[in-house]
Amino acid sequence: MNNSPFVRKAASVQSVMLQVLLALVPAIAAYVWFFGAGILVQLAIASAAALAGEAAMLAIRGKPKALFLTDLSAVVTAWLIALTFPPIAPWWLTVTGTLLAVVVVKQLYGGLGQNPFNPAMAAFCLMIVAYPALMSQWPAAGQLDFKTQLDLIFGGLRQVDAITGATPLDALRTALRSAASPDSQLHGLRTNQLMDGPAFGLLGGKGSEWIALGYLVGGLWLIRQRIITWHIPAAFCGALFASALLLWGMRPDAFASPLFHLASGGAMLGAFFILTDPVSGATTPRGKLLFAAGAAIFTYVIRSFGAFPDGVAFATLLMNILVPLIDMKTQAPVFGHKKD
Amino acid sequence: MLRKLFKFHGGVKPQTNKTQSTTAAIAAVPLPDRLVIPLHQAVGGHPRPLVQPGEHVLKGQRIGGADGNLSSAVHASTSGIVRDVAQAVMPHTSGLTTLSVIIEPDGEDRWCELEKVNYRSTPPDELRDFLRDAGVVGLGGAVFPSYAKLKPGKEGKLKTLVINGAECEPFITCDDMLMRERASDMLKGIVAMRYMLQAEEVLIGIEDNKPEAVASVQAAIRASGETGIEAVAIPTRYPAGGAKQLIRVLTGIEVPHGRRSTDFGVQCFNVGTAFSIFEALEHGRPLISRLVTVAGNVTAPRNYDVLIGTPMDHLVRLAGPRPDTDRYIMGGPMMGVRMPGFDVPVVKATNCVLVGSPALFPAPPPEMPCIRCGECAKACPADLAPFEMYWFSRSKNFGKAQEYHLFDCIECGCCSFVCPSHIPLVDYFRFSKSEIWSREREKESSDGARDRFEFKNFRQEREKQEKAEKLAAKAAATREKVATEGAATPAAADGEAAPKPKPSATDAKRALIEAAMEKARQQKAQVAPKNTDHLAPDVEADIAAIDARRNAAPARAADTPDA
Ligand code: SF4
Ligand code: SF4
Repeated sequence: MNNSPFVRKAASVQSVMLQVLLALVPAIAAYVWFFGAGILVQLAIASAAALAGEAAMLAIRGKPKALFLTDLSAVVTAWLIALTFPPIAPWWLTVTGTLLAVVVVKQLYGGLGQNPFNPAMAAFCLMIVAYPALMSQWPAAGQLDFKTQLDLIFGGLRQVDAITGATPLDALRTALRSAASPDSQLHGLRTNQLMDGPAFGLLGGKGSEWIALGYLVGGLWLIRQRIITWHIPAAFCGALFASALLLWGMRPDAFASPLFHLASGGAMLGAFFILTDPVSGATTPRGKLLFAAGAAIFTYVIRSFGAFPDGVAFATLLMNILVPLIDMKTQAPVFGHKKD
Repeated sequence: MLRKLFKFHGGVKPQTNKTQSTTAAIAAVPLPDRLVIPLHQAVGGHPRPLVQPGEHVLKGQRIGGADGNLSSAVHASTSGIVRDVAQAVMPHTSGLTTLSVIIEPDGEDRWCELEKVNYRSTPPDELRDFLRDAGVVGLGGAVFPSYAKLKPGKEGKLKTLVINGAECEPFITCDDMLMRERASDMLKGIVAMRYMLQAEEVLIGIEDNKPEAVASVQAAIRASGETGIEAVAIPTRYPAGGAKQLIRVLTGIEVPHGRRSTDFGVQCFNVGTAFSIFEALEHGRPLISRLVTVAGNVTAPRNYDVLIGTPMDHLVRLAGPRPDTDRYIMGGPMMGVRMPGFDVPVVKATNCVLVGSPALFPAPPPEMPCIRCGECAKACPADLAPFEMYWFSRSKNFGKAQEYHLFDCIECGCCSFVCPSHIPLVDYFRFSKSEIWSREREKESSDGARDRFEFKNFRQEREKQEKAEKLAAKAAATREKVATEGAATPAAADGEAAPKPKPSATDAKRALIEAAMEKARQQKAQVAPKNTDHLAPDVEADIAAIDARRNAAPARAADTPDA
């Protein structure tokens, strides 16, 4: 039955997802510029796997395929996976991760809109637990040419340890830990000295800080387009900055600077593209602030004291669990019941 | 003079489509062949018919008397013969009927004798009775009897009288045209209302997309020399014309759901209502016509001064409906209701007949799951979380839906308007509300138990009767057998005759069931609780539709033998 309103805004899930994809383009461009075109191959692999997995599940669940495949939500998940996995991850790793995300985390929970966990982040966490070595190999900017990347992705070459290192976050943490130990040759060096190496740039990792800038630009555009609100990015960045400032202010020799935290790893991607996933995130304005601040604090703790290269993924999942509670407790007063 | 305005949360900006119907002046409508005037057109009790079929009535003659403490009279819109007082389809999506007076105009359009009152010298109670009997109700669409709102609050006076000329719904321009063409008469009505309410100030809120109306009203105020009345242009944003939203914008006050605005020193009336109050007081004319916008899929959108009871198709014909017209909508595209046919009558609630076509109002794209994007919550002027209410409405968890303030929803449709998943959210909320009302009514009348008891009685009686029938049939058969054995009748004739009593028995059974259900229904109606008394006719129709559906279920069950 067709009832009022008889007019509607021209909005659709598809256009929302499309704009999210567009907003990722600046970061992808920076990625290609500094790290080579391998990432494009990863994006393609992940997209194909996501669409195939989604199509199969829709067929099994008897849902309209054309409608749900063109909503592009699977492609967004795929891109986030490609962008968080190492660019030289073997193809099967990307495919497995993507299928896990789309088939298990999304479709088995009921499909679009029903998943309590962020699919991309759940896949990342599962894969890093299952394949810690493969998930931790990051080439430095400009280190590998396209052919080598293709070889790595499609399995021609697997001598990775020799040519790739850890993420800048990982590297700095390791360096800071050895600097703290009296036996190490790094002992006594300060953060800025540790960051003097070729892996580091102005604020974070060399090259990766530009990708982070790309996420920032795309994310701000999403806010302008009213696809996301400012609450989550602001609260996440603010809380991450504040937690980093707290410890860095006390022990600048032992902890990375707040700006380094913001510019490194998945911080910007998380702030603008991952935590802002509406399905698995908090929805009320106050809830969003709490949700994102919580995620930032977890991220900082995992980064500084944990063993994983980055903390955004685990922090996201942890906060995803709390979303129903946060939403319930932060319902805003309705019209006429405000206390102003 | 710059007045501080306030904001309300949310709102949307649909395409307004208002210029098309404001190019030509308000036009009159030729008398139709017949007028169908529903007796129940306003919130409150059903007026009782005062005329008989065959009776001659004059224009303005009361044909439905106000009944109960909240009710409003209904009048003949022209002179003519009462052809019938019968059930007729009402202008509501359900297609339900309502008791209506059908008048065949005699073409003379002769007024009955009209009595005027001086509102300054008449005691307030008498004045209110006068307005009740003049059938003046809110013309913004809520059709709440105006006399009941023309009481100052506890302190005997009011701070602000808000006059609603915002007209935020797209396509509708009848208030705009009224303010342009009849501002000074409207203003006289406002002055009378201010007197009755002892209001300190009057604020006339008009959306700033109607500069002509603002100018016209301001000129009328200046010309009248009245002070303390101000026409205020407010930002154009749907639903700025919702009473609560307008009060908020003009005064900063938020009147919570279920509270009277007079408790906060404010009262709000529509500009059309002000004009009809003027007509009633100054000329003694009851509310028998109103301005109606005809817009949408017509070649010449325009505003008409329409007699209540005029069939909509008679009216729309004047504006030139296009051939692909597939529906009429009463009201605007945001909150309007689809009509069950083209010949339903214009009533006091009809501010617009929006002519629709599949091209103009295409069916929404397929519904997708909610992605919790929060767009609906951002757009909701009542600060609700529509997607949470949707979730609970869908799972019929009405208690939870109410916890999320379902009844604070003003059904403005903003949430459905913005939802990227194209979920008809407000449909879910309307459904849930009617469902809850219907259930409450059922529960509070505590007739669930009585129903069952009666049904048991009825079944026992039916069984007894069936047994008796069976016995009688058996006896008859035996008799017949004896008779046939005596006189060798052909077997074929016997076979034909035998099944005959059967259908009549089931018929009787069905009639009995229906009678029982009807009785139960009537009793239910008698003990209906007070909180469901004061509903608009369309809301009552919603509830009735649900009641009917629910009642259909046990009836069906009763049909199967020994359910
Ligand atoms: S706008 Fe639609 S999709 Fe978005 S939260 Fe509301 S109901 Fe869900
Ligand atoms: S229809 Fe109800 S829930 Fe939807 S926006 Fe309007 S008030 Fe809010």
